[in-house]
Amino acid sequence: MNEITCKCGHVNPEGTELCLSCGRALSESAENRKTADVMRYEGMARRSQTYNLSIIDKIWNFFSSVKVGVWLIVITLIASSLGTIFPQALFIPNGTENVYYEERYGIAGKIYYVLGFHDLYSSWWYLLLIGAIGTSIIIASLDRVIPLYKALKHQRINRHESFMKRQRVFSSYSIESPEKSIAQIKERLLKKRYRIREEEGHLLAEKGRFARWGPYINHIGLIIFLIGGMLRFVPGMYVDENMWIREGETMAIPGTGQEYFLKSDGFTVETYQQGEDSEVFNNTIEREGAIAKNYQTDAHLFKREEGSIAGQQGELVEIQQGAIQVNQPFKFDQFALYQVDFRQDEYSSMSFNLTEKASEESVGSFTIQFDNPEKVYELDNGYSVELTEYYPDFSGFEDGEPQSVSPIPNNPAFLVRLFSPENPDGEVAFIGIQRNLEPLGENDYALEFAGVETRDVSGLTVRKDLTLWILGLGGAVFMIGVVQGAYWNHRRLWLKKTADGRLLAAGHTNKNWFGFRKDLEYAFETTGLDKPKDHQEENLNKKESADAKEENNRDSTS
Amino acid sequence: MTQLVSISSTLLYAAFVLYLIATVFFAGSIKSKKHTNQTGKNKWATIAIIITIAGFVSQLGYFITRWIAAGHAPLSNLFEFITFFGMMLVAAFIIIYFIYRTHVLGVFALPIALLVIAYSSMFPRDVSPLIPALQSDWLAIHVSTVAAGEAILAVSFVAGLIYLLKDVDLTKRGKQRFWLEAVLFTLVIVVGFIVSTTAGSIAGYETEFSYVNPEEQTETAQFALPALVVPHQAELLTEGQFATSLEMPSIVNASRLNTVLWSILTGTALYLILRLVTRKSISALLQPLVKRVNLNLMDEIGYRSILIGFPVFTLGGLVFAMIWAQIAWTRFWGWDPKEVWALITWLFYAAFLHLRLSKGWEGNRSAWLAVIGFAIIMFNLVAVNLIIAGLHSYA
Repeated sequence: MNEITCKCGHVNPEGTELCLSCGRALSESAENRKTADVMRYEGMARRSQTYNLSIIDKIWNFFSSVKVGVWLIVITLIASSLGTIFPQALFIPNGTENVYYEERYGIAGKIYYVLGFHDLYSSWWYLLLIGAIGTSIIIASLDRVIPLYKALKHQRINRHESFMKRQRVFSSYSIESPEKSIAQIKERLLKKRYRIREEEGHLLAEKGRFARWGPYINHIGLIIFLIGGMLRFVPGMYVDENMWIREGETMAIPGTGQEYFLKSDGFTVETYQQGEDSEVFNNTIEREGAIAKNYQTDAHLFKREEGSIAGQQGELVEIQQGAIQVNQPFKFDQFALYQVDFRQDEYSSMSFNLTEKASEESVGSFTIQFDNPEKVYELDNGYSVELTEYYPDFSGFEDGEPQSVSPIPNNPAFLVRLFSPENPDGEVAFIGIQRNLEPLGENDYALEFAGVETRDVSGLTVRKDLTLWILGLGGAVFMIGVVQGAYWNHRRLWLKKTADGRLLAAGHTNKNWFGFRKDLEYAFETTGLDKPKDHQEENLNKKESADAKEENNRDSTS
Repeated sequence: MTQLVSISSTLLYAAFVLYLIATVFFAGSIKSKKHTNQTGKNKWATIAIIITIAGFVSQLGYFITRWIAAGHAPLSNLFEFITFFGMMLVAAFIIIYFIYRTHVLGVFALPIALLVIAYSSMFPRDVSPLIPALQSDWLAIHVSTVAAGEAILAVSFVAGLIYLLKDVDLTKRGKQRFWLEAVLFTLVIVVGFIVSTTAGSIAGYETEFSYVNPEEQTETAQFALPALVVPHQAELLTEGQFATSLEMPSIVNASRLNTVLWSILTGTALYLILRLVTRKSISALLQPLVKRVNLNLMDEIGYRSILIGFPVFTLGGLVFAMIWAQIAWTRFWGWDPKEVWALITWLFYAAFLHLRLSKGWEGNRSAWLAVIGFAIIMFNLVAVNLIIAGLHSYA
């Protein structure tokens, strides 16, 4: 370690810019840079500014740079915006990614898809960016907070004149009794709740130092938040399942390991009605038509009791019942059920009559429950119908074979064999909605549509998220830190009585110089002295008055 | 209740007029020969701030009466949200005014608030019932906090604009001069939007088309202004109305694009007239108003309002937003465009703070950043709602 010995005799660690004891500038660079830049971290030695030899030093230095941090933020910002040009894959119909973008948006859409922007926020490079920001937050904070803490903890009261002169707020007064003025200022500053420390007639007044910790606290909050975000990928922390449950149906809730079951009493949609709801809505209802008021599934929750023998399934016991509504999830254990979707009037069953074509007389009827279609429907007098094949969502024929696109009975169709005493081998028919084919020739009997039953289906999301409290904690810590850093200021005033009897006053604040100047005005009011000059303000005013003079000259000449 | 709604509208109208009058008084206060520093006590300014506060109280009255009439916080559609944003902008200005006593801020903040409120009233103003997703106390909490945060951040734009008007050298050609004029030109385009939309609605103009949407279904589209562009495979349903044959692809909302085109046309026309009549750029027209501004103070006001607004925006736009999203949409974050743009806004101001704190970006650079930040907020408010449809698509 190359230690630096200051003129005042204090030994400072390598890399220190301002002497820890008296505040003299220790390097040429500290001498030449703007005071605000040196004062930011109190002129302390920072690891990133001191070592640059090993690979670890280089990585550390890279991530500790605010410049790098800002670039990471800006790149993430731009990348994020790219993802909103076209809808992300999760907002478009499932499985259509490869054609959707090109069909809709042409060549631009194709490029978007090929570059992977359709799934930007889970791409490896986006996650890498977030990771890099996280790393930068940790390293940049550590690089600064430790030296800053040390510097502020061991602040000396008596500072060298050169340190004071370099401050933005500084004045030197030649007065009879500096002690008296110092005492007056002290009294005033105490009223403003400054903390005062004195040493051999010198004074340091300080206020709001804890504001300096704000940035580091909010960074801790962000790190906690990011950790919470990563924990989602730990098995058991997070459940994201969907379920479609029909009126009257009881089914296991996915993601609960067959432990919980849900029974639906039915699904309700309500819309706003003129005359029924407040009259102030009439115009909007007229303009927009039906506006949804409520989506609701009434449900019972059951829990499977422990079986007395391992592997044996226990009884279902009802433990809760209630409504699942948008904005009012149904909570149990660590889970929550959300009303997210619905299908109204799904076919639940269809009834048919078996009719003799010639006489148009029915010889029997039966009902197919789509939940549980039977293999054979026995009718009286030797008639029966065999359900050879069931196509719940019939979409047409492919190579002569009927196709079904989903297991949902949107467009049910059946291949049946009709048995009658005349045709003991059965006649083949293909029936569906407004469809009756007889592929193997004219039949004697036909199925006649006799009625349909429908019911509503609720689309629910099953959610368990054990990371929420960590995210909440991260958010809370962030908010505390950011408020602490933004709404408070660290203000300091140094007063020094020089050997030749002058009074020196220097001030520094990390921000809000306007407020600081007001404090100074108040503090110096009783001394009869002008408040210490803000040199930045001063320079500007000089420039201003020069401008104004010039303007006046111009006015008078023209 | 309908009577209460009309009282509410009247109060909003009154607020608008009061802000307009207050602007005139603020302008008078900085012209006053007696007060060269543009701060401190000044008769004109005192009257101006009193009228401003009266306007704010009136608008608060609009907000409360509409809340009572509707039975929910009037923050549920584009009109209500943008109006509230305008009100928060005035509130933020009043607070900053009492801290810094800078009159010139009123000369710019109030016209921008006026522009915002006028803009909002171009959207349907009916009281609308809440869809299930909006039926929550979080509507009032989340939306009002976001609006307040964005409004406080917008004050930094006002301060930045004033800073640049004084700081940028208008006698020399340059990027800064060009972009400053471009920012002001955008404001004129907004005026163009208000003028053309109002003209269309006074004339009762309406053209209807049937067209084919991206899902290959036939739909109808209403145009409130003469159709400069027409929708995909459009057929004119209202005979005799003007329509070009410039057909748009199906993914483009031709009706909205048409309104945008009219706004740009009207705005550009207004701008050209202004330039021809005054023989000056808008920047040069406004510059005399700011010639006595203290640049340091403007810089500080801009920075301070970002410092005050950033935590408020984070709370409303991210924290409360995530809490509500977890309740209403099952997940606290879902990469909905509005969410992404809230994140972008937040990242932008975070970058601003880091540049300012650690890289010493003050003054001119800081002012430009404030202008860009406001542009991002406006993009999220206007473009994301109207162009990029997502879960937040109000109105």
